[in-house]
Amino acid sequence: MSIDVSQFVQTFLEESFEGLDVMEAQLLDLQGDDVEAVNTIFRAAHSIKGGAGTFGFAAVGEFTHGVETLLDEMRSGHRSATPELVKLLLESVDCIREMLQAARDGAEVDAARIATVGAAIEASLGKGEAASADGEAAHGEVNVSSGWHIRFVPEPEVLRTGNDPLRLFAALEELGPLQVQCDLDRLPPFADMDAEACWLAWDLRLEGDASREAVAEVFEWVEDQCELLIEPLREDEGAGAEEDAPESVSPPPVSGATSGTPVPIASVPGSAVPASAASAKSRPATESSSIRVNIDKIDALINMVGELVITQSMLSQVGERLEGSAGADNLPCLEKLLEGLAQLERNTRELQESVMGIRMLPISFAFNRFPRMVHDLGAKLGKQVQLKLSGEQTELDKTVMEKIGDPLVHLVRNSIDHGIETPEVRVAAGKPAAGEVHLNAFHKGGNIVIQISDDGAGLNRDRILNKAVERGLVAPDQVLSDEQIHDLIFAPGFSTAEQVSDVSGRGVGMDVVRKNIKALGGSVEVQSRPGEGSTFTIRLPLTLAILDGQLVEVDGERYVVPLISIVESIQVRPEFVKSVAERRLVYRLRDEYIPILFLDALLGAGARPERQLTDSLLVVVEAEGQKLALVVDDLLGQQQVVIKALETNFRRVEGLSGATILGDGTVALILDVSGLMTLDKQAGGQPGWRPSREHEAA
Amino acid sequence: MAKILAVDDSTSLRQMVAFTLKQAGHEVVEASDGRDALQKAKGGRVDLVLSDVNMPGMDGISLVKELRTLPSYKFTPILMLTTESSPEKKQEGKAAGATGWIVKPFSPDQLLATVKRVLG
Repeated sequence: MSIDVSQFVQTFLEESFEGLDVMEAQLLDLQGDDVEAVNTIFRAAHSIKGGAGTFGFAAVGEFTHGVETLLDEMRSGHRSATPELVKLLLESVDCIREMLQAARDGAEVDAARIATVGAAIEASLGKGEAASADGEAAHGEVNVSSGWHIRFVPEPEVLRTGNDPLRLFAALEELGPLQVQCDLDRLPPFADMDAEACWLAWDLRLEGDASREAVAEVFEWVEDQCELLIEPLREDEGAGAEEDAPESVSPPPVSGATSGTPVPIASVPGSAVPASAASAKSRPATESSSIRVNIDKIDALINMVGELVITQSMLSQVGERLEGSAGADNLPCLEKLLEGLAQLERNTRELQESVMGIRMLPISFAFNRFPRMVHDLGAKLGKQVQLKLSGEQTELDKTVMEKIGDPLVHLVRNSIDHGIETPEVRVAAGKPAAGEVHLNAFHKGGNIVIQISDDGAGLNRDRILNKAVERGLVAPDQVLSDEQIHDLIFAPGFSTAEQVSDVSGRGVGMDVVRKNIKALGGSVEVQSRPGEGSTFTIRLPLTLAILDGQLVEVDGERYVVPLISIVESIQVRPEFVKSVAERRLVYRLRDEYIPILFLDALLGAGARPERQLTDSLLVVVEAEGQKLALVVDDLLGQQQVVIKALETNFRRVEGLSGATILGDGTVALILDVSGLMTLDKQAGGQPGWRPSREHEAA
Repeated sequence: MAKILAVDDSTSLRQMVAFTLKQAGHEVVEASDGRDALQKAKGGRVDLVLSDVNMPGMDGISLVKELRTLPSYKFTPILMLTTESSPEKKQEGKAAGATGWIVKPFSPDQLLATVKRVLG
């Protein structure tokens, strides 16, 4: 039967890349002779090597074998972790990664580089190592005969390793016709007999042209637990063997009993335990056990949960209706129904939480690549940079995690390239020579917050402003606050680097970072103080699949407003509604003027000719530091909604982030607040209401 | 057909082993390290244990030792999946009570042939 192993290659590659990341992280972190860390690194290399051979990446297996041997020597204390060795191992990690990536993408590898590193490993291992890997070739020449006479005297304990002589004979029988003669001589008196021990010995006659090696191989697993003689069948022995064999050898010591060519295969006491076993004993318990689940399966599960959530909300509506119209007679039934519903709700919530949990991964998955990157980048730019990570265990949806990787890399690069100064400049400014980049993550509300801070020079306010004026992003006479100026770095086509370096300037600007983060429903802001450093703060939703929403009704249509973006909801008081320049209504809320937005008009759901605000409610929402008041007819209630993408089911609509199905089966659109602001801007509204302009409104 | 416990911390290798054995009609229980395996072995009898040596948590050698102390696993065949072809490494497994070994890398066919040998 042949089995196609290629179907496991994907998994192998994934876990190998993970293993390489672990190796890299531990190597960068390696201090002194940390046995646990070396163990972890060794195990990762070991798994890659084992899998590589099995899944057809012989070159990778071969290369990794050298690395593994080096690590094994470190593990057993024969070699210590010098900086040169760590560097060599890091380079090896790169090589293995490159080979695997090339294998995955069908690309070419940099053979010269791999050969160089491979040679360095060989050189490091020294001579004479190659022989130790191959302890198998000790059985001597292939000896062919017309058959074999085998004397097999197992130790009494042989059964305790699960080796059953019967199975050995079955295996022998596959090599040729077999005659078995049992020798009962060793049987002790009945009273002394241990029923779990093996007291029997056998004489076997195997005919056919099996090689001595094939015969020996059958006994490979028991060779240290038995007396074994394999000798060629003599032609003249022929038919007489059956009678001769039992007498020709006498039990125990067998080896010397017969003349001719017998070769005692092995007779080793079973207690030889190499010294390395002791060092391998204490296993680090650092790895979090994890499962690998196909994302499609999880998505299907989430879909199911989505349906369950819908069923539940439908049922509760039925329940409420029943409650309203129920007579006294069906009261017990009603109670039951309500009770069941309460339970269903609880179950739903629990199921939902646990299923969502499967998708959640600690952000360390995204952070892990940074130690190496910061290390390399600092060296390249001649800067001393220390990376501090905190909150690595903060969990985040896998999809969000995958998409946040690149923006994070860009921001960290940016901090090192533009933020952290060279050691001389830092010392001159009275700061420690080594700069610090701090990556921090924590949960806040329904969001995850990721901060990238550096203690570098901070943003150069004047330079940013000059550049922005130069590029026509702001008018020369425009008065801007510090925050607004800092925010300009996210404007499309803005780059303050005097020359494009190969570190930061890869044609991807901060505008792309912001765009990508916005696409995830998140936001990015920067705070900076000259001479003290900058902090970039990214806010992201924990998941993209389910959302806490506020259901609102506008002109008979129902919409979902993400709860996270709602500041407050208020009853309209006509005296606070002002009109600006005859074309825009704003609402005075305490000391702020907030633009009023008519959803129906903006989304083209048929604008009502005259807008009576008196009976309406305003939902004040916030995104990107700006507020907007949405006019709604009614607030219907809060609920979790399952987001269905409009792109896959219909097409992308600006201002909407998706749709959901409500308890009664109708579809409600989910509003995308920042999208609404963009739309509003395009439609001629002015979302950024500054204090200086508010007076004309008042 | 036999019920086989496959123990390896490498998912890909474990999947390959499990898939191959299932194709051959065996029932396969998977475990990701020694501790997990011991738990599963105690939970229900298996006819054969295939275990990796190097694993976090509890390694293969310790697993064999633990299993051999259990009455129902006294004689159960236990095969080590090892990349070490050196005699000492194999000895270590044998001393702990392993039945035999399969040296990685191995092909699905080699695996089935070896398994067949211990299942009789």
